[in-house]
Amino acid sequence: MRTLISDTQLNRRRGRIVYRIVLCLVVGGFTLVFLGPLYWLVTGGLKTTQEVIQNPPTLFPHSVHFDTYGEAWSKMRMGRLLFNTLYYAFGALAFQLVFDVAAAYALSKLRPVLGNVILGMMLATLMIPSAVLIVPQYLTVLDLPLLHVNLVNTPWAIWLPTVANAFNIFLLKRFFDSVPDELLAAASVDGAGPLRTLWSIILPMSRPILGVVSIFAVVNVWKDFLWPLLVQTDPKNQTLNIGITSLSTGVPQNVVIAALAIASAPTVVFFLIFQRNIMAGLTAGSIKG
Amino acid sequence: MRQTLRRNVTAHGFLLGALLCFALFSWYPMIREIVMSFQRTKRGHTRWVGLDNLDLLTQDPAFWQAWRNTLLFTVLALALGFAVPFVVAIVLNELRHAKGYLRVLVYLPVMMPPVASVLLFKYFYDPGYGLFNNILHTLHLPTSAWLNSSDTAMISVVIAATWMNMGGATLIYLAALQTIPGELYEAAELDGAGLLRRIWHVTIPQTRLILSLLLLLQIVATMQVFVEPYLLTGGNGPQGSTTTVVYLIYQYAFNFNNYGAASALGLVLLLVLAAFSAVYVRLSRNND
Repeated sequence: MRTLISDTQLNRRRGRIVYRIVLCLVVGGFTLVFLGPLYWLVTGGLKTTQEVIQNPPTLFPHSVHFDTYGEAWSKMRMGRLLFNTLYYAFGALAFQLVFDVAAAYALSKLRPVLGNVILGMMLATLMIPSAVLIVPQYLTVLDLPLLHVNLVNTPWAIWLPTVANAFNIFLLKRFFDSVPDELLAAASVDGAGPLRTLWSIILPMSRPILGVVSIFAVVNVWKDFLWPLLVQTDPKNQTLNIGITSLSTGVPQNVVIAALAIASAPTVVFFLIFQRNIMAGLTAGSIKG
Repeated sequence: MRQTLRRNVTAHGFLLGALLCFALFSWYPMIREIVMSFQRTKRGHTRWVGLDNLDLLTQDPAFWQAWRNTLLFTVLALALGFAVPFVVAIVLNELRHAKGYLRVLVYLPVMMPPVASVLLFKYFYDPGYGLFNNILHTLHLPTSAWLNSSDTAMISVVIAATWMNMGGATLIYLAALQTIPGELYEAAELDGAGLLRRIWHVTIPQTRLILSLLLLLQIVATMQVFVEPYLLTGGNGPQGSTTTVVYLIYQYAFNFNNYGAASALGLVLLLVLAAFSAVYVRLSRNND
């Protein structure tokens, strides 16, 4: 595809030289800026407590200490924190997929009375910055209206609020809107009810957008900080972000760094495996959305 | 008639789960936010106090400082976090090699848990054994106190935040750049437009919508900054130089147990951000 600079221009002698230089600079610079800190993260956990705070810092560990990772795993209760975070993330994903897909389908294809009002009210929440609502949301979770249950320190406090995600509704509804009505009419003639239509026609066509929603759902929980800080106060329920933060004081720097490396590994590996899908999903989502 | 009714019942059945969650965790808290801004609770007794909460806030020097800090953070974060991804996306879009690798690199920090990136940067920023001062020292440049000085604490927070977050914007710009029809560049080139003029007259107008939308979204996101200062400087920083508005909300609510003042501050933040959005809507309407 033709971009800012044409291939003919690049194929000229000068163009080729300039291109080579720019390419080397960009590749080198990016590697340094984005992989450099990760290298420091991994090797920092291999150094001794003295070496990690040595001045000047050492590029390669003098001697490799894998046991720091073991120490981090047990001292920082990494197993527990990892399990909690995964549990919250995939629970949130399940609730969002079920409730938001159903809602978007209803708003897009079943078009009930007041559907547009509901859609408008949902989209209006996009205008409300999430940090603004943190206090009343916390008080709501502390004492749920009508039911009067306290969700703090239960997984529900993480799972249920993630369903109220207008961005999901927006993305899904827009995608469902593009499914031709004739197709649904044909299914209806064949005797398929709404649930069957959603399951066998719409969902298989919507894989790209479901991928985008799923990635955002998991990553959002994985990265969230302020909300789990408030609603998961019990150390045994904490997420990676909160647990490491509260345990990091009073622990040697190399152990903290090893813990950070362990905490980053799952998402980085997940990203490297699925990077094609994640990138394709993100770009598709951003153009369509 | 009966069919319409049935269709409606089914549809609302599908909507129910999401509807309840929106009601409980978005709509009701929004109303409560407004109500609580005008109330004060003392020893379990709640009463209306009008604008007293706002009075209390405006008399707190931390309130003004938090706003100054937040605006400074937003301006700095936009200067870095808006311009850098755009330039990076333009460069990446021109490269014929290593594109996949570079995209993965730039997005990698976005996938990391914030605690990992932030605490790693805190380690780099250490004035004694930190990597950054050592690099500066090796290059014979003046070193910095980074997070420990009120002059540089905020910019240090911004640098870390940009590293952590620029991947998302870069990929979105990149996607927008790929939708620009190649013929436009060809036509501009035939008309004798150089590289910068092609960027100015083709690239920017063609991506204007997504640029301006992302600008608004980034303003809204950066004005809510919390994690980076909370973890890097413990929230307030030297002489309160990194206290942000959201951190102040957090302090009022969970350190001082003053939910009324915290809500009032949240409402002020909401109004300020709404004003930004209104300006955006006005400008984008005028342009079309």
